[in-house]
Amino acid sequence: MIDIVINITLLAFLAITSVAILRMTNLFAIVMLFGIFSLLSAGLFVVMDAPDVAFTEAAVGAGISTVLMLATLALVKRRQKPYYDEAPHDAHRPWLPMIVVAVTGSALVYGTWDIPAFGAPDAPAQTHVARYYIENAMPDTGVPNIVTAVLASYRGFDTLGEVTVIFTAAVAVLLLIGGRRPKPPVKTKDEGKQDEA
Amino acid sequence: MDFFIGHYNYWIVIVLMMVGLYTVISRGNLIKKIIGLNIFQVSVFFLYISLGTVKGGAAPIITEGVKVYSNPLPHVLILTAIVVGVATTALALALVVRIKESYGSIEEDEIHNLDHSL
Amino acid sequence: MRPNLILHVVAKFVIPLIILFALYVQFHGDFGPGGGFQAGVIFSAAFILYALVFGLDTAEKIIPPHWLRILAALGVVIYAGVGMESLLLGGNYLDYTLLGSNQIAGQHLGILLVELGVGITVAAAMLILFFAFAGRGRD
Repeated sequence: MIDIVINITLLAFLAITSVAILRMTNLFAIVMLFGIFSLLSAGLFVVMDAPDVAFTEAAVGAGISTVLMLATLALVKRRQKPYYDEAPHDAHRPWLPMIVVAVTGSALVYGTWDIPAFGAPDAPAQTHVARYYIENAMPDTGVPNIVTAVLASYRGFDTLGEVTVIFTAAVAVLLLIGGRRPKPPVKTKDEGKQDEA
Repeated sequence: MDFFIGHYNYWIVIVLMMVGLYTVISRGNLIKKIIGLNIFQVSVFFLYISLGTVKGGAAPIITEGVKVYSNPLPHVLILTAIVVGVATTALALALVVRIKESYGSIEEDEIHNLDHSL
Repeated sequence: MRPNLILHVVAKFVIPLIILFALYVQFHGDFGPGGGFQAGVIFSAAFILYALVFGLDTAEKIIPPHWLRILAALGVVIYAGVGMESLLLGGNYLDYTLLGSNQIAGQHLGILLVELGVGITVAAAMLILFFAFAGRGRD
């Protein structure tokens, strides 16, 4: 019972945080809130019996990705105050995205009626390949952590692909911003009155 | 009440997904768009992990005396997706840095105007 | 950068623990929660902390960036190499059974090597990403 209460509370926190991120305009505050969002997610993954995922989310979401976003903010801040604010967005019509989101959201909520209830042991996801892994991982590989067994052995090909994707992303980032900054930047009206930052 | 508890996770997933989508299509700031994409991404993680949870189940590490485990397959998929996600987010941020260096702005409207005034 | 005594002392105390923990997560991942992905990220977090506290140039002296590029490729090569090895031994690609004397031993060795490859690539890639972003704002 207690884990259901924790689950419901943390998910509510998560939804509130995401709305706060949407409504804020200071990018610095948004990035810090996103770190909180990731930490809450990590807690939730523990409640949902996924310690491996929680581990990764805590290290990646609350650690690395926040650092990378802060580093980006330092590179893209404005030359004068306010350094980190996004521009007011009144140029966009707010109702059009609202309609798109409302229609998509209600279609998805309609779809949840057919999903088996949360935690149901007889759901289709639990009865096919998952049962095979749980019963055979130990005799097949001798590794008690089923997640590791599936990750490295049963689905080794998939993981090879994922590692290659990470490697490729690192190469691409190096190609994009690996070197020194080129000296003469394009003059814009924003940079006309600068040079004290 | 059982129906509510049984589907609450999915509804919150949809709320997060829609907040992410709304952020992406309604805000012009590129960093904020990337954060919106990340919220969307996390909502998909929750969908998978919620589908893999079993009531009364333990974490999928074989232990003496434990009979019910949660589904390990979504954990594997999401665990790799999180790390790949941060790598691709970094790629997007690198593109934003380059856009800022060439255009002097990370606001969609201003970049659009600059493109047309050239 | 202005030296900050408390930060320096605490960082010097914490960083070895983080690295030790990363190694534990890497090599104990068969038995408890953990594995190459988590260990790589934690390992790189230790060096990112070092770079944040002691400055980027000092950190680049400890891990030169060209090493990182080699390491990132090395992890993928280890992973793919394990697959090639099992192929050469007469099995399927990434079928670890033939690597050891029996199935369990082979699977153990294969999983260990593959996770090592994942850990090296993830740690190196995360550090490459951090150094790329931090180094861009330097000049």
